[in-house]
Amino acid sequence: MHAIYELASGPLLWLAFGLFILGSLYRLITMGRLAIKKDAVVFNYMSPFYALRSILHWITPFASVNMRKHPVMTTVAFAFHICLFAVPIFLCAHIILINEAWQVHWWYIPNAAADIMTLIVIAACIFFLFRRLLLPEVRYLTTASDFLILAAVAAPFITGFWSYHQFPGHAAAGIIHILSGELVLVMIPFSRLSHMLFFPFIRGHAGSEFGAVRNAKDW
Amino acid sequence: MSEPAETNKRKIIDKGIEAGAAELTPEKIQETVRKILASEGGARLKTYIETCAHCGLCSEACHFYLSNDKNPIYSPAGKIKQTLAEIVKKRGKVSVEFIKSACEIAFTECNLCRRCVMYCPFGIDAAYMMLFMRRICHKLGVVPQYIQDTAHSHSATLNQMWVKEDEWIDTLQWQEEEAQDEIPELRIPIEKEGADIFYSVIGPEPKFRAQLIYQAAVIMHAAGMDWTMPATPGWDNSDMCMYTGDVEMMARLKKVHFETAMRLKNKRIVMGECGHAFRSVYDVGNRILGWKMAPLPVVHAIEFYYELLRDRKITIQKKFQTPVTFHDPCNIVRGRGLHEKARYIIAATCKEFIEMHPNREHNFCCSAGGGVINCGPPFRNKRVTSNSVKAEQLAEAKSKGAQIVIAPCHNCHGGLEDIIKHYELDMELKFLGDILYELIEKE
Repeated sequence: MHAIYELASGPLLWLAFGLFILGSLYRLITMGRLAIKKDAVVFNYMSPFYALRSILHWITPFASVNMRKHPVMTTVAFAFHICLFAVPIFLCAHIILINEAWQVHWWYIPNAAADIMTLIVIAACIFFLFRRLLLPEVRYLTTASDFLILAAVAAPFITGFWSYHQFPGHAAAGIIHILSGELVLVMIPFSRLSHMLFFPFIRGHAGSEFGAVRNAKDW
Repeated sequence: MSEPAETNKRKIIDKGIEAGAAELTPEKIQETVRKILASEGGARLKTYIETCAHCGLCSEACHFYLSNDKNPIYSPAGKIKQTLAEIVKKRGKVSVEFIKSACEIAFTECNLCRRCVMYCPFGIDAAYMMLFMRRICHKLGVVPQYIQDTAHSHSATLNQMWVKEDEWIDTLQWQEEEAQDEIPELRIPIEKEGADIFYSVIGPEPKFRAQLIYQAAVIMHAAGMDWTMPATPGWDNSDMCMYTGDVEMMARLKKVHFETAMRLKNKRIVMGECGHAFRSVYDVGNRILGWKMAPLPVVHAIEFYYELLRDRKITIQKKFQTPVTFHDPCNIVRGRGLHEKARYIIAATCKEFIEMHPNREHNFCCSAGGGVINCGPPFRNKRVTSNSVKAEQLAEAKSKGAQIVIAPCHNCHGGLEDIIKHYELDMELKFLGDILYELIEKE
């Protein structure tokens, strides 16, 4: 068990971060070059002001008509994304590990709050799962990969919660926690999770076309 | 209400689709698709397909989805799933039947209205995807017969309606004579070099609605405008090739249109009340020709009327008395943001205005746009029954007293006319030009 832990928290962690960072750069650079070659309009009509106007509207809860039409989905989706990023970055336990290794640390979320935020992520994943299964318009679009991605994203939070509370088998859960977290990092550039990388560009393009060329709102 | 079926039973037979498909083999499809993906499939196509989180939030943007009992096969992402996404996934390894179905979806179940772009959290442009699908269909020679006929007309005559050159000039002179009965000194200046305004219309105006040219001439005369229309091809600003995926022909059409205005050294292009033509001249045609924006200013009729009223070039004698409502056409509202200017004109000319809901950028398409009405009679019933939400919108405005629907777009007129008839709404349709013509001081 200890050997696996050493492997997961050592070389694999480096590998995961390496693949995440280099993979993301690779995806962004190759996509940017492809866009220069074949989608010159994206750059020619890109307007920083209107791109930002659109992005800000769409990262502000309830700032678009469609968000107001689906208040539950909007609340869950925002809570999910905020917690998804905040918990791993500002978790006390993570910061302690980093501090031990490199003597750097930053502000952290109180453990009780992090616990609730973890539950929010898990609950949101369950909500997304049922949404996929129950809403005909979502079910129709769903492929096997959508379930896998959902499971992969939920896994580090479920296992993190498990090991923090020292439930039975917490040692194994801790290792799965590390491995699944690494898996998600690697998946970001190479799966549908790449929407994290491409969101600002797609939204920015739509915002520029709607705002700068067509003089219209896009929210 | 029955449970929405998840299978699409497409039974409409279209001669163009059938004839094109009869020539296809799976190998030919694969070869063509691979070539197009390699040459034209870029970063937008890739990121759109990859980024779509399959969340279904685009569904409620689409009138096809809302009007067909929320059947998911009509949602924007649902339509992409059944067409382009599958083709990209299989690298063109699809059957002839698949192409027939994809063609019907791309040409007759999406108006390219871009409403869903405002509902997708990422801003994925489903209209771009559907146009890409149409491009593939065009390259495969599988296009609905009626719209392909208009594309043929564009290629042969440079106008949409097979209007011959002498017929065009004849129509202008005929309308000038008609108008001179009302205003003896009125002229429709043809080929006037250096005139401020190059006035262009769509092919159906001389063909079916010549009185609109008459009315435009009266408004121009009353406002004292220095304007002209060309005697040569290039007078037609419409563009069905933009919608059939015939990008090369679209470029030729826009080039002739711009160059005719530049040959006459006119200062700006003012266009009649048409939506798709505006999209083609303002937003699409210039790009294909390599101009970031059009080489001379392009002004839609709404903007032009707005200027005339704002600058007091025309005088309204008495306001229009019958209560009106207003339909925001996609291509000039989501396509140019002219909704407030349209309302300015209505406020200046009509006594009572009743808003439709939703409105402005969020208005529902008439379901005729994007070349759908041009696919002709085989698809008419589907087009009308797939827009019951528009009928509800109109009925609501009617219940508040609106008797007239103003729609400053030809396609919208065609689409709304069918909807009004089918749903027995008994409302009258008008252009803004109709209202102005009726109300302004003409001398």
